[in-house]
Amino acid sequence: MITLKGSLMELGRYVQLMGRVLSRPDRWRMFMRQYVTEMFQLGYNSIGIVLIISFFIGAVICLQIKLNIQSPWMPRMVVGYTTREIMLLEFSSSIMCLILAGKVGSNIASELGTMRITQQIDALDIMGVNSANYLVLPKVLGLMTIMPILVTFSVAAGILGAYATSLMGTTTLAELTEGFRYEFNQWFFWCGMIKAVVYAFIIASVSSYKGYSVEGGSVEVGKASTDAVVLSSVLVLFADVFLTQILTTK
Amino acid sequence: MIEIQHLYKSFDDKDVLKDINARFENGQINLIIGQSGSGKTVLMKNIVGLLTPTEGKILYDGRDFCALSKRDRILLRREMGMIFQSAALFDSMTVLDNVMFPLNMFSDMAYEDRVKRAQVCLARVNLTGTDRKYPGELSGGMQKRVAIARAIVLQPRYLFCDEPNSGLDPRTSLVIDELIAGITHEDNITTIVNTHDMNSVMGIGENIMFICEGRAEWQGTNRQIMAARNKALEDFIFASDILRQAKVAYDNAHQS
Repeated sequence: MITLKGSLMELGRYVQLMGRVLSRPDRWRMFMRQYVTEMFQLGYNSIGIVLIISFFIGAVICLQIKLNIQSPWMPRMVVGYTTREIMLLEFSSSIMCLILAGKVGSNIASELGTMRITQQIDALDIMGVNSANYLVLPKVLGLMTIMPILVTFSVAAGILGAYATSLMGTTTLAELTEGFRYEFNQWFFWCGMIKAVVYAFIIASVSSYKGYSVEGGSVEVGKASTDAVVLSSVLVLFADVFLTQILTTK
Repeated sequence: MIEIQHLYKSFDDKDVLKDINARFENGQINLIIGQSGSGKTVLMKNIVGLLTPTEGKILYDGRDFCALSKRDRILLRREMGMIFQSAALFDSMTVLDNVMFPLNMFSDMAYEDRVKRAQVCLARVNLTGTDRKYPGELSGGMQKRVAIARAIVLQPRYLFCDEPNSGLDPRTSLVIDELIAGITHEDNITTIVNTHDMNSVMGIGENIMFICEGRAEWQGTNRQIMAARNKALEDFIFASDILRQAKVAYDNAHQS
């Protein structure tokens, strides 16, 4: 059962770990190598799933809006406008990060958990390497760098998906384009970028904490992986409420 | 030399190590032996700093490990090499990268020199030609040898081996023991081996400490161990019929 004392202790251990993570790397050369590797593993390998999901969600949002706001008083370009706003403000930044929390979070937690139970982390510590910094910092910074790029790809794929629905004859390309360009507020794009960076930090740091602090065997690694996904998803949703309120209040 | 003075370690009021005192000399293979659960691994983890003692001192050539500053502790750690029970190789790296890792982190050598040094260490453990392989492609014995190469690449002053022969056949165990003994004597380093392998005890045990229920029950050499008169030690060593018969034969020979 989750108790207040247990949660506070967990928070304390997380803060302690972050204290070790957010310090100067022992070797910049090794850090840069790890940083590039992590960006590739966590980001590049997620591009496929981001594009596929965003394309179809963009198409479905477009179809749903078309179906639900059919009214002679409503101009057709509203379909494109609403699709753009949903993709930009919520789907690509928040929901896509939530999906990535599942993929990337479990990947990080299981990788670090396995390193812990096979004593690879102990080996680093005994060599005098700050294992938390060496293993976790490149993951956190790597994901924070790549996440805004993934979000941008997601928005683009969603808009392409919406365009694809024009092939079904629901709305014309011109109507959609007019909607996509109507009253474009550049700040909304930056809101998505800020959200993406914050969520990337949450996903990478929480999953790393869960994996790094595993004790036991393979069952515990599996549990840590699940906990990492659940906790980072909840925290992403929690942060979404606050960020939306802060970023969109005029 | 490593000296342990009045070392205690407790977990939640349970005393795991009780008043351990020991001296591990340079150029000698020091063995810590004992049954599973006797506290060997906890003692080893305290010595290398993975656990903090509840009480007591661990002196590395006079330097109290627990009293050192964080920076000095990191510097001291760079004088240590460790071989883990599971080898603990980084499975995302090739054999060469594993051995080169400490050099990449802590030395200012040029890349070519680092590669050369790593290859010298691999040759020393008879693993020439495995540079590009990954740990998963190697046998258990080969993985242990890579771990030895990685442990000695920075020319450590202290070498720690946690059950280096576990999971290996007797012949491969012998190879690992010979390697550890050779490195210890040639480089004059302080080696501590945690084991319950009786072949290692009789083969390379120059200074043996027997631990039972968290206490150092007996200390001596492999020549003295057959004549030791300690109930717990006898129960541990002569647990198998073959060794019990050898003991009877040894006692009879000495009585007559």
